[in-house]
Amino acid sequence: MASSSVADQEGQVMLLGFWFSPFVKRVEWALKFKGIEYDYVEEDLTNKSTLLLTSNPIHKKVPVLIHNGNPIAESLVIIEYIDETWKQNPILSQDPYERAMARFWANFIEQKVTEPAREALFSKGEQQEKKVKELKEGMEVVEGEAKAKLNDKTLFFGGGNGVGYVDIVLGWTCNWMETIEEVGGFKVLDPESQPQFHKWMANFREVPFIKPTLEPKEKLVEFFRMIRQDRLGLVANK
Amino acid sequence: MAEEVKLFGGMWASLYSRRIEIALKMTGVQFEFIEEDLQNKSPLLLQYNSIHKKVPVLLHNGMPIAESLIILEYINETWPDNPILPRDPYDRAMARFWARFIDEKLIWVSWDAYRSKEEDQGKAIEEACKQLKALENELKEKEFFGGDTVGYLDIAAIMVASWFGVMQEVMKVELLTEENFPNLCQWVEKFVDCPIVKECLPHKEKMVEFIRVLLKDFLASR
Repeated sequence: MASSSVADQEGQVMLLGFWFSPFVKRVEWALKFKGIEYDYVEEDLTNKSTLLLTSNPIHKKVPVLIHNGNPIAESLVIIEYIDETWKQNPILSQDPYERAMARFWANFIEQKVTEPAREALFSKGEQQEKKVKELKEGMEVVEGEAKAKLNDKTLFFGGGNGVGYVDIVLGWTCNWMETIEEVGGFKVLDPESQPQFHKWMANFREVPFIKPTLEPKEKLVEFFRMIRQDRLGLVANK
Repeated sequence: MAEEVKLFGGMWASLYSRRIEIALKMTGVQFEFIEEDLQNKSPLLLQYNSIHKKVPVLLHNGMPIAESLIILEYINETWPDNPILPRDPYDRAMARFWARFIDEKLIWVSWDAYRSKEEDQGKAIEEACKQLKALENELKEKEFFGGDTVGYLDIAAIMVASWFGVMQEVMKVELLTEENFPNLCQWVEKFVDCPIVKECLPHKEKMVEFIRVLLKDFLASR
């Protein structure tokens, strides 16, 4: 599949990650979408490797992509780098306006869906209620955008039947959202008020290169329950 | 083909809007500036940025783009004769990483440091200085973040060039000192001295006065 020029371009691609991280998964999706060979290194949350700490000294977080020895951090920055370095199967459109719109929605998703979801997972009481409300509002906007852009012929935000940048950025919701609801003890997913979003999630889950990467819910729930308890200092039986 | 470029921006003290003015002027694009009263936003602005209802918004041939860093990328891609982002994908990734760092982390951590009560201030200042050090190291001995000329990251770092100096005077808290951050301080001097930046950036004294009035109640309560 890979011609010799593509192989040269690839050099060495390494991804530092955690199996449970939606941010890491996004980068894996981008790499798989383009058919890029990479070495995956599973990091230990409680014992981060020297490689990780020196590759991302600012945030000390995964994902970190290391290409020919050069590290890049932050999932959205990494995905754009992948798209600009490997030209096959474009993730973003070539059109500047389409790119601006995709970046806008990616930012919106991060600020109004991903962040509140994460904060709701790791909070309780009034603070959690506040974050769940924010999350619900964010989801409403996403549903509106899905209603406007998607139909029977356009299954994904990337246009047509192909996933794109926005799908990859939003994709974590198709698997992790249910986990966050269960562990956090709240509900935001509602097929009745979010029909287009649920259709999109169902379609995204079935994409051939996405499907095998989705971790089983029970495994995620068990893991995140432990993290939540740890962060909030909660007692074991909740 | 006649091109219509309009920038909906905040008044002179609105630094995110100044980012776009600088970029458009550097690129040599003719544009109309429409000043928004942020206490009384126009129906057009609310229509063009219905999600966030904020400035700046760039309108190009009737198509609106919001969010200052996204607008900078759009300008870079639409008028590629004077690019503001580096050509190399890795250098571009680094510029994007640091711009996000400034907007998502540095500004907020520094704001905490400036406005903290005395008892919390030590820790907040320490955190802010750690982040400033990271930016200092990224700049190293380069004239600008963009190399020989002002680029995307320099424009993004307008907050460091302008807002920090102003806050230091208003809040009487020292963060960005020449002693601790010689590269950054030298960069600030060079950046604000660039002809286009000088045209767009408000004078420090004017900003100090403005911020003092804006924060008058906060300052009185301390």
